[in-house]
Amino acid sequence: MESYALLLGATLNAGTVLAIAALGLLINEKVGIVNLGAEGMMLCAAMAGFATVVVTGSDLMGFAAGMAVGALLAAIFGVLVIWLNTNQYATGLALTLFGAGFSAFVGTGFVQAKIPARASFAIPGLADIPWFGPALFRHHPLVYLTVLLALALIWFMYRTRHGLVLRSVGESPESAHALGYPVRLIRLLAVVLGGALCGLAGAYLSVIYTPLWVEGMVAGKGWIALALTTFATWRPARVLLGAYLFGGVTMLQFHLQGIGVDVPPQFLSMLPYVATILVLALISRKPQWIRVNMPTSLGKPFYPGA
Amino acid sequence: MLKLDARAEPSRAWTYGSPLLALLITVLIGALMFSALGKDPLKGLEMFFWLPVHNAYALGELLVKATPLLIIALGLAVCFRSNVWNIGAEGQYIIGAIFAGGIALLADVGTGRWIVLPILLAGVLGGMLWAGLTALLRDRFHANEILVSLMLVYVAVQVLSYLVGGPWKDPMGFNFPQSKTFEAVTRIPRLFEGSRVSIGALLALLSVAGLWVFLFRTRAGLALQVGGLAPAAARYAGFSSRKSLWTALLMSGGAAGLAGALEVAGPIGQLTPYVPAGYGFAAIIVAFVGRLHPLGMVFSSILMSMFYIGGELAQSRLGLTKSLTGVFQGLLLFSLLACDTLVNYRLKWQTRGGR
Repeated sequence: MESYALLLGATLNAGTVLAIAALGLLINEKVGIVNLGAEGMMLCAAMAGFATVVVTGSDLMGFAAGMAVGALLAAIFGVLVIWLNTNQYATGLALTLFGAGFSAFVGTGFVQAKIPARASFAIPGLADIPWFGPALFRHHPLVYLTVLLALALIWFMYRTRHGLVLRSVGESPESAHALGYPVRLIRLLAVVLGGALCGLAGAYLSVIYTPLWVEGMVAGKGWIALALTTFATWRPARVLLGAYLFGGVTMLQFHLQGIGVDVPPQFLSMLPYVATILVLALISRKPQWIRVNMPTSLGKPFYPGA
Repeated sequence: MLKLDARAEPSRAWTYGSPLLALLITVLIGALMFSALGKDPLKGLEMFFWLPVHNAYALGELLVKATPLLIIALGLAVCFRSNVWNIGAEGQYIIGAIFAGGIALLADVGTGRWIVLPILLAGVLGGMLWAGLTALLRDRFHANEILVSLMLVYVAVQVLSYLVGGPWKDPMGFNFPQSKTFEAVTRIPRLFEGSRVSIGALLALLSVAGLWVFLFRTRAGLALQVGGLAPAAARYAGFSSRKSLWTALLMSGGAAGLAGALEVAGPIGQLTPYVPAGYGFAAIIVAFVGRLHPLGMVFSSILMSMFYIGGELAQSRLGLTKSLTGVFQGLLLFSLLACDTLVNYRLKWQTRGGR
């Protein structure tokens, strides 16, 4: 039984990386913009976050650095896509390719670097409850904050006026523009915020989750996060749930190896990717269902007066 | 402030000028980066733009690397022109290499030179199979091809790792995860003595001509491009979008698989976990920088090959890391996309409150 508690704990931890990134990408997509650069932003942020912790010794500084890098890269992407009307897919792809190269290049010196021992984050009292303690109450604060973030996002998007404006920019940029809202500025803000969250996810990965830096360490998590927004039909609560599910799939391979399932490890490593493909196929099976939920202007440029 | 003014029709001058301007910007940023790293910028640029072309042997090596890039990019151009976003060419390349390697491993000392043909065909088949999976999922289940094709890259990497670490591992290989070295008869024939350029380069040039004919002189090629530019018009004309989807993905998968076969039975000569070298991703940049035009991609593949060789030289001679190549590749695509704005828009300086 104890091993299942650990599995659940590890699942929440792994799911947190995906959840932070996917919630960020959700904000992006709600205003109509797909950022395929998620993987590249996460890589650069993971490298920047880790390097910052190596130099300063402060985790908070590491998170801040990761978020700043994510936001900066997203801002470049945003200006290209929103003001220069470049193709969203191609520009995002450029960001991912650049991010992979740049993080590997700048991060070379940090591959062997060590960071201070990770503190224990056990919640006094609760952490000692049998089974539930190791499963739920020994996590980094960010794991709990991520749940709060999802709740805050739900409240913001569906209960506030600003949230309504945000969604209307994604559903019908022409109408929002006609009503006098600065569509492009709102889009840029959402893209930058999404980038900052992708950056936070990357920094959490390298500073807390692994904690180390190697080239290409994000290993497709940015792409899985992108797929998660579709799985969740663009609903924050479902994004969170989906992220934990995929965190679970990632952890399952180690669990199965642990209990001695006789399958070559490579097939277990394939699991998250194969699962992504299968779920994507299942969810997309009915195109109407996707069309009803998808922000209407997703992927389409908007240029006022054009 | 600066304002974009839509042109009535795309500017021809900027269609050709924009890749050159993008290259210039990349070179300038590159020079700045070298200075920031405390290296002589001229020395750095020499690694990328002079040494790869300075003698016959270097030119040969340039072609060796340009060949797979060009072949993959030619296939990708078909996809991108039909608005099918296949970004998993790397995976199709790996499976092509695995299929080709499987045939090559069957050869023994007594096998004839004919084995090269089945090796190449197996590579094409493997690539088509892997891209076909993406086509199937998109066609039957409407699954997004960007995500599926990319996820399949990670799956392909694991398949390769399983084969070279398990069933195909060389028993005499000191437990390294790699297959035995292929028999000499499987080697892709080389064109000249003293250079590694193989018939792959010829195949690439033939494919350039083939793609040109397909795109600009066949009905299927037209149908595919109309579907990419204006899906409604294509439907009205009776062109099948499903057929275009399958054509585009199978062609690009086959091309990537062929490139994998040429590499694994050519310069590499065995299956190792280092077969994937990022050519599948670099080829995306080759395709865009070459304007998705067969001839344009010949130039851009050579340019990208220079980036690869320059990165290796910068590592061995200047003590920088090879990943510099990736930085330059990404920068080039970024600058290109920005410069492409000039193709469709005029920049106008507009004072606030002006008419």
